[in-house]
Amino acid sequence: MKQFLPHPIITPALTLVWLLLNNSFAPGHIVLGLLLGWAIPRLTIDFWPDTVRIHKPAALLRLFGVFMWDILVANLNVARLVLAGPKHIRPAFVAVPLDMDHAFAISLLANIISLTPGTVSAQLSEDRRSLWVHALDTDNPDALIAEIKTRYEAPLKEAFTPC
Amino acid sequence: MNPVLDIVLAVLVLTGAVFTFIGSLGLVRLRDFYTRLHGPTKATTLGVGCLLIASAVYFSFDGDGISLHEVLVTLFLFITAPVSAHLLSMAALHQHLPSQAPAPEPEDNAGK
Repeated sequence: MKQFLPHPIITPALTLVWLLLNNSFAPGHIVLGLLLGWAIPRLTIDFWPDTVRIHKPAALLRLFGVFMWDILVANLNVARLVLAGPKHIRPAFVAVPLDMDHAFAISLLANIISLTPGTVSAQLSEDRRSLWVHALDTDNPDALIAEIKTRYEAPLKEAFTPC
Repeated sequence: MNPVLDIVLAVLVLTGAVFTFIGSLGLVRLRDFYTRLHGPTKATTLGVGCLLIASAVYFSFDGDGISLHEVLVTLFLFITAPVSAHLLSMAALHQHLPSQAPAPEPEDNAGK
């Protein structure tokens, strides 16, 4: 089973991407999409050392909502900062200690941090225990770390750790 | 097209343009490499997001059938933008580029 269908989540996702690319849900495209969705994960199996298993999809959906809202709020904040001028910003590098070791979950967290304006994930420590984040403007690094951990890391951990 | 739709589209396109502009302005105004990195990642989220929603709505009402290409553009942007930002900042740390904030020691991890 594992050899035949290595990533049960990626197959439907790739099929959907193929259908969207063609902007059509014709039966022929669905068959072709399923074929691609099955073949590509099989051919790239070596690039995915850990299998990705989502244990709590609800946690991920909630995280997505929080994430969309944060993008909106943070965009307005950063726009204000850019317009106010570079004299008023207090940039800082902050090390966020990580509680998870799943590679996919960590890259998802790093991507979320980079996409929310005001923070960019800069570097992952070699032991995968902490993630360096560059914040555009912060006067309280501890509060920033706590926010990242509760808002993004906790739901990711919940979704990817087997219960 | 009805006027209400026109107004909604105009607002979306203008909002997108304003945010993309502010993102680019950040590239010029901010002082060091790391703070400048925030400009592009910002422009791709809300700025391009608004433009893409406007595009999807316009072509869904104007062309034939629903237009869903924009969903894919969003997906690909959301995957590539943070990865490139992460690689750029890793390279910058590696080269010890001057920073306004005290920078951490670079580590030679070949990638995550």
